[in-house]
Amino acid sequence: MFSKVLSAGIGGVDAYPVRVEADVSDGLPQFLMVGYLASEVKEAGDRVRTALRNAGYPLPAKRITVNLAPAGVRKAGSRFDLAVAAAVLASMQKLPSENLKGLMIAGELSLSGQVLGIPGVLALVEAARAAGVRRCIVPAGNASEGALIREVEVIGVSDLQELIELVRHPESGKRARVDADRLLKGNTSYQEEDFSQVSGQQAVRRAAEIAAAGMHNFLMIGPPGAGKTMIARRIPGILPALSLEEALQITKIYSVAGLLPEREALLTKRPFRAPHHTATAEALAGGGRLPLPGEISLSSGGILFLDELPEFRRAVLEILRQPLEEHQICISRTAGTYVFPADFMLVAAMNPCACGFYPDRKRCRCAQRDVFRYLGRLSQPLLDRIDICIEVPALSYGELQKTEQSESSDEIRRRVEKARQLQKERSKGRAACCNARLKAEDAEKLCMLGTREKELIRQAFDRLSLSARSYHRLLRTARTIADLGQEERVKEEHILEALGYRPPDRNEWMREG
Amino acid sequence: MEKYWQWLCSFLFAEPGLEHKLKERYRTPKAVFEAKEKELLEAFPSNRVSLSRLCSMRKTWDFEKEEDRLARLEIRFVSIEHPSYPSGLREITDAPCGLFFRGRLPSEQLPSIAIVGARNCSIYGRNVSRWFAAELASSGVQVISGLARGIDGSSHRGALEAGGKTFGILGGGVDVCYPEENRDIYMEMEKRGGLISESPLGVRPMPHLFPLRNRILSGLSDAVLVVEAREKSGSLITADFALEQGKEVYAVPGPLGEPLSAGCHNLIRQGAGLAVSPERLLEDLMILPGINMKKMKKNKITLERSENLVYSCLRLQAQNLGEVCERTGLSPKEALSILAKLQLKGYAREVSKNCYVAARTDLAGKDT
Repeated sequence: MFSKVLSAGIGGVDAYPVRVEADVSDGLPQFLMVGYLASEVKEAGDRVRTALRNAGYPLPAKRITVNLAPAGVRKAGSRFDLAVAAAVLASMQKLPSENLKGLMIAGELSLSGQVLGIPGVLALVEAARAAGVRRCIVPAGNASEGALIREVEVIGVSDLQELIELVRHPESGKRARVDADRLLKGNTSYQEEDFSQVSGQQAVRRAAEIAAAGMHNFLMIGPPGAGKTMIARRIPGILPALSLEEALQITKIYSVAGLLPEREALLTKRPFRAPHHTATAEALAGGGRLPLPGEISLSSGGILFLDELPEFRRAVLEILRQPLEEHQICISRTAGTYVFPADFMLVAAMNPCACGFYPDRKRCRCAQRDVFRYLGRLSQPLLDRIDICIEVPALSYGELQKTEQSESSDEIRRRVEKARQLQKERSKGRAACCNARLKAEDAEKLCMLGTREKELIRQAFDRLSLSARSYHRLLRTARTIADLGQEERVKEEHILEALGYRPPDRNEWMREG
Repeated sequence: MEKYWQWLCSFLFAEPGLEHKLKERYRTPKAVFEAKEKELLEAFPSNRVSLSRLCSMRKTWDFEKEEDRLARLEIRFVSIEHPSYPSGLREITDAPCGLFFRGRLPSEQLPSIAIVGARNCSIYGRNVSRWFAAELASSGVQVISGLARGIDGSSHRGALEAGGKTFGILGGGVDVCYPEENRDIYMEMEKRGGLISESPLGVRPMPHLFPLRNRILSGLSDAVLVVEAREKSGSLITADFALEQGKEVYAVPGPLGEPLSAGCHNLIRQGAGLAVSPERLLEDLMILPGINMKKMKKNKITLERSENLVYSCLRLQAQNLGEVCERTGLSPKEALSILAKLQLKGYAREVSKNCYVAARTDLAGKDT
């Protein structure tokens, strides 16, 4: 007898419905799985057969065929086990197959019949919503994550017996519930990492605040031990609190990557990813035969921190160029093209030279050309994409011992949120939510420059040889500085301060030094 | 006769003694050209290698072709006997028998000062040399240096920026720009000064050639200014040559205990002049024309009060943003804006991220 049930596969960060069909007929006893399957999906046959027997439903000595449709799309992962089991049981007439209608089932089976957790449940329930499915059966461990989508009834099961009960008596299911708003308000503190622990470094704190207020890419240059990493780790704490929409997006990416902690429904903190500088291109961009999100997608909505920036392989860094402009990354494989979100804020740190102490010539003996060569490991196009760059000088003992309490992250965040509020109000009708995402023509319009300001920019253009891109970056940064000061128009002082944060220009330093 | 000199100089370089011995014996290069190989080798047995090379090459030497080649490269040659050979240089011991040059030779009527120093110099050194070169050049002094990295390069650069004349003495051939990073000043100096070398065309700059070119450097100058030199530095060789040749030597002081200035301090201790500002240097050398003094005074442009406050704490050494804030009591964002403004006005330069130096030197010299 033939029966079918809906399940879902994952491509990129989105799920698509997959129909699992089973048929039990006369013939040589065989368990056959078809439908362009990766080996872990083919192995589902063995798992399902054993799990069913251990749950008390030995398979008949018949020919059992399972097909996963659409057959033209490659399917990977272990999430089809539960749906295969349900479809086979229905075609053995152990389950009423009409009850499988309007149901989406996903989960991995262990040989004992237990249901194990799977990645990507949030995306899966989203796909169910889009397909008009009203009820999803998922592993108990992932139920609360799925319940974030309120329009779909999500029920968790922990073993095969529970699934069978639930399909036989649909009214017995207990819907999983989760209060996303309460979760979002509850667990958002970054207390262990607060800006009040950073002593001194007033200029860097200011620069970090501006970067956070406009989601600007941020580069810190300074000797080892000056506190660059410490500051970077504290930046998520001064970014505005997550909205539910953002939190869902972040949770979805982490869930697909299998990085969502067990039994946790929603990620409530902004991501902070700090890949080591030996990272490969695939690790950063995302990859694999069926691509999984890379670091730049995992840091979407939060911060991608690249410590020791020049130590990264050049080819790896150049990958960042396109996502830094488009805030998403397109990965093409034979199986298809996948678009991953990459809406991150780049925070990078580097030493000024190989030994780390330039321009302090008492400690640095690097030849001048080696200093420039070190900086030259970063391509100018990449540097052009940095909005704010600041030196992090080494602290003197006196500054370290200062007893006065520095400003806490909460205070800074309040100002940042105010500035973001202004940006949001202004951006009505535009796609950009913050200044760093403004289009070039919008940046010009929103700065509302007067004649004096225009004259100043003209001077800067001549003297500092700005490129068109760096000109617009300058305007965006100046706009954020004005927003922090709650000013409507961008004034001279804002442009001048923004000029002070320009990324390094190797040629200029060569000429000027 | 010049063509014979050119032939001789094209094969005998980096051996200043030999040229003179040959000249003493044969009087003219033509006689050397015509001398028998056996006789030459017997006369100077210790120079067998170079002399046999000399002899083997004269067979295929084509005077016309060589002349064409120079003309094509816009390079000229003067021998020690030519009237336009710098007379100051002719007087030194081991004077080169000929000079290849691009552009011009330094004018005998104008004062010349050599500025030399460390290749791996500090930001302070680069700024000082640039400042001195600019001020000297705008007072009509010809700035002479060695086109090397560091102090040499920034001296040429300073002189060019001030619109003055500057001459580079190269270790290798004049057609070889070394180091490549100084290509821009090399090309500019062709038009606004000259590039001079005793080495024939195409010779790669080899380490042993540099100490030798230093004697030309000092020989062409009226005084030598050492900006930054370690205790054992090539710049001190130039200073030694200058003393030998009876030229004035000046040294720029640095902070005590700074290894990059130790050589300068030693020079001062041994009696070299203390260079505290270009004006004082010109005064000491009695080459300060009155007209230029006026021009320098006029350079003092008025700044706004807050700008002046920041500018007054800038130095020739790099200061970072924190230090500026500490001295002026300004907040980082105020200081950053004012520094950007000073940069736009040309009073400050950013030499490394958020590290600034004073660019206009009329105020930076106020300590003197």
